[in-house]
Amino acid sequence: MHKTFACLALGLVLALGGTPATAKTPNDTLVIAKDMSDIITLDPAEVFEFTGGELIANIYDRVMMFEPEDLTKLVGGVAESYTVSDDGKTITLKVRAGQTFHSGNPVRAEDVAFSLQRVIKLNKTPSFIFTQFGWSADNVDSLVKATDAMTVSLTINAEFSPGLVLNSLQAGVGSVVDKKTVMANEKDGDLGYEWLKNHSAGSGAFSLKTWKANELVTLEANPNYRHGAPGMKRVIIRHVPEPSAQRLLVEKGDVDIARNLQPDQIKGLAGSSDVVIGKYPKAGLTYVATNDAHEILSKPQVRLAMRYLIDYEGMVNSFLAGEYKIHQAVWPSGLWGSYDETPFSLDIGKAKALLAEAGYPNGFKIKIDTLTEAPFSEIAQSIQQSLAKAGIESDITLSEGKTLWPKYRARKHEIIVARWSPDYIDPHSNTDSFAHNPDNRLEAKLTGKLAWRTSWFDPEINTLTEGAAKELDLTKRKQMYAELQQKVQMVSPFSIMFQRSEQVVLRKNVKGFVSGSNFDLVFYRNITK
Amino acid sequence: MAHSGNPIAGTGTGSSPRQFVARAANLLFTLSLTFVGLTAITFIIGRVMPADPVLAIVGDRAPREVYEAMYVKLGLDKPLIHQYLIYLVNVLQGDFGKSIMTTRPVLDDLIRFFPATFELASIATIAGVFIGVPMGVVAAVRQGRLTDHIVRVVGLIGYSVPIFWLGLMALLVFYARLEWLPGPGRIEVYYDGIVEPTTGFILIDSPTTGFILIDSAMQKEWEVFHNALSHIVLPAAMLTTFALAYIARMTRSFMLDQLNQEYVITARVKGLSEMAVIWRHAFRNVLIQLITIIGLTYASLLEGSVLTETVFAWPGIGQYITNSLFNADMNAVIGGTVVVGICFVGINMISDALYRIVDPRARR
Repeated sequence: MHKTFACLALGLVLALGGTPATAKTPNDTLVIAKDMSDIITLDPAEVFEFTGGELIANIYDRVMMFEPEDLTKLVGGVAESYTVSDDGKTITLKVRAGQTFHSGNPVRAEDVAFSLQRVIKLNKTPSFIFTQFGWSADNVDSLVKATDAMTVSLTINAEFSPGLVLNSLQAGVGSVVDKKTVMANEKDGDLGYEWLKNHSAGSGAFSLKTWKANELVTLEANPNYRHGAPGMKRVIIRHVPEPSAQRLLVEKGDVDIARNLQPDQIKGLAGSSDVVIGKYPKAGLTYVATNDAHEILSKPQVRLAMRYLIDYEGMVNSFLAGEYKIHQAVWPSGLWGSYDETPFSLDIGKAKALLAEAGYPNGFKIKIDTLTEAPFSEIAQSIQQSLAKAGIESDITLSEGKTLWPKYRARKHEIIVARWSPDYIDPHSNTDSFAHNPDNRLEAKLTGKLAWRTSWFDPEINTLTEGAAKELDLTKRKQMYAELQQKVQMVSPFSIMFQRSEQVVLRKNVKGFVSGSNFDLVFYRNITK
Repeated sequence: MAHSGNPIAGTGTGSSPRQFVARAANLLFTLSLTFVGLTAITFIIGRVMPADPVLAIVGDRAPREVYEAMYVKLGLDKPLIHQYLIYLVNVLQGDFGKSIMTTRPVLDDLIRFFPATFELASIATIAGVFIGVPMGVVAAVRQGRLTDHIVRVVGLIGYSVPIFWLGLMALLVFYARLEWLPGPGRIEVYYDGIVEPTTGFILIDSPTTGFILIDSAMQKEWEVFHNALSHIVLPAAMLTTFALAYIARMTRSFMLDQLNQEYVITARVKGLSEMAVIWRHAFRNVLIQLITIIGLTYASLLEGSVLTETVFAWPGIGQYITNSLFNADMNAVIGGTVVVGICFVGINMISDALYRIVDPRARR
């Protein structure tokens, strides 16, 4: 009887799925496999997550943009050109003629002003990118306004280089939304916030057709895009949380691109004739931060000794190989204003001497906090080993980000191994967080700033950071960033270690995928297959 | 344990209106107690967890003002009991709150994700019963012989091999190598949206997906039906191995108990065929215990199997609750827990009803 049932079961399975079920992706559709569990909104005034950032970059054109054709050059997006007043306080934007939103509405100066004002009024997390210019809910209507149908005038109410302002208009919050459509969907004065979370109203290369959380996102090409219709009619992003499943899907051709493969899986695909591996340098940094409120860690010699107790070479040559490279300054290499000196390497002798000078010749005991996900626990273990060689005994605690960040923000860590990527492509985005701490009091709660979280207060560095942010002359500004980064490299509680590259597996026929330095510089529109 | 032939048993089925009211009141009391207990515990665990629900929304770089505004908006500034009461009142009005991750009402999400799990769990349980029960019976009858050993090995595999690994291996073999079955996912993405979700949750006007298999069959979209069916085979087979292993093992041990009873010897002495002894006499006495086991298996599958759902990119309730938990999305977690609770209570009630049908003694 057992046999009968076994045969029956097998027969059933064969009958159900007996036909070959693998279908290759259609020629006009791009299918991407990605872990999308991080999306919580698609409203450009609120998006601050990796996947969401990437999606809105393809849905909305921004005031200023880095285009996939040349990722190093900041150019006008919705704005065709700009002029800066002599005092550097007013920027006049000229809106490009002939652009339309997905709805068919023309793109007007009014839409640009509305989009920027909306960011301030909604006051979501990324709004700090604009509020630093002195814009607030009370004054933004007079500081950001359309002066005629195609001209917008922006007035800065703080000491800031206009170059920095233009760079920040390239961030996600610089996305231009269709005022008419958004306001038609407004509810209780929310400026369309509830609606725009899962709908789109942009003028970019694609429009959002569906977002089913934890399932899929479908984008549809905008045939009237200002650079011409995208190569793909449709882009489908499938939520595939398991990397091994992503690998199988891309190997079989059921998806065109797999985004979350682990380094060892990528190694396993190296010889494949069906797929290619794309490697894209990113601006994400991995760093160690010591808490300056800690009695021992606040000693300058101890902070410096930390730099010599990290086996940079050993890590990038072993478990980080292919994905990380050594970088030791706060602004990543490959971007304007970067500082590429790497003066530190593992040197136990030097570290020991510094520790002895600080009064700890026999080391001390310390706690290390980091994320559970790879490769953070491996990095922490490597650091634990090199610390031990200098007599420092350490305990590692692994936590999820949602548990670790509150601890970090409450200044309750001792040593933390963490990551950082810029909010927009200007050195100020990182120096403002790593080096600028205008108020070190606990009750100031400048929790967004890493310098505050580590209780690091250095008036000289503060002045340098502020000076570089407001410098009008570009050559001078660049020099100031080099000087600032060199100082931060030596005296801060931050030991910057690595810069990341994203590895993406693509089917051989997929051409034109572009993934730029920042998380939201991923473009689908030039893809063909 | 006597083989019951009590003539009074058949007359005890009727229940007076009074008994009915008492039973209904009892049920209502159990249900509300379960509900309050379930939500209270989940709520408190959610609030004492070190994960910060505010950061889950605003991100770790949020400036102080944004953080504090959200803190107040979520009502976290109020005392815990107060927060819980507000939640309870909302739920009683049918409002489970909004999910952070999906930005949609939790109820809508549950209506969307639960059918995916329900389809999977139902198929796995049915298959598990139809394969596992005969396996267990055969193993008991042939105790100590080859068949018994085979069943034991199959059971051990189903029980002890990590389903995560088994799922990946199944994908590797049936999808990647043999190409018999499609890869991860509930349906080919190109078929998404072809079938109108009509079943949904039947009770409520469902906004998105319902039971794909039923919907597509009802709308005669056979291509979609076939595609969805071929997608469900592997994940359902994974859950079936789990269900089957448990059901077969338990059936075997229950059957062994019965086969050693005196009434079995009596039946054999009477000259009944072996089939009649096993199925008509021994097996009937195992049924009640089996119903409990099957009910429990079904309920635990309805919780959603996170690992299977993750490997097969199956948009079910297990993944939904787990993701929500990682994101401190407590409205979603509590909503999901309530659904799981309802499943357990519901299946218990069905089991109770089945007892009455199969066991005359339980009708009294």
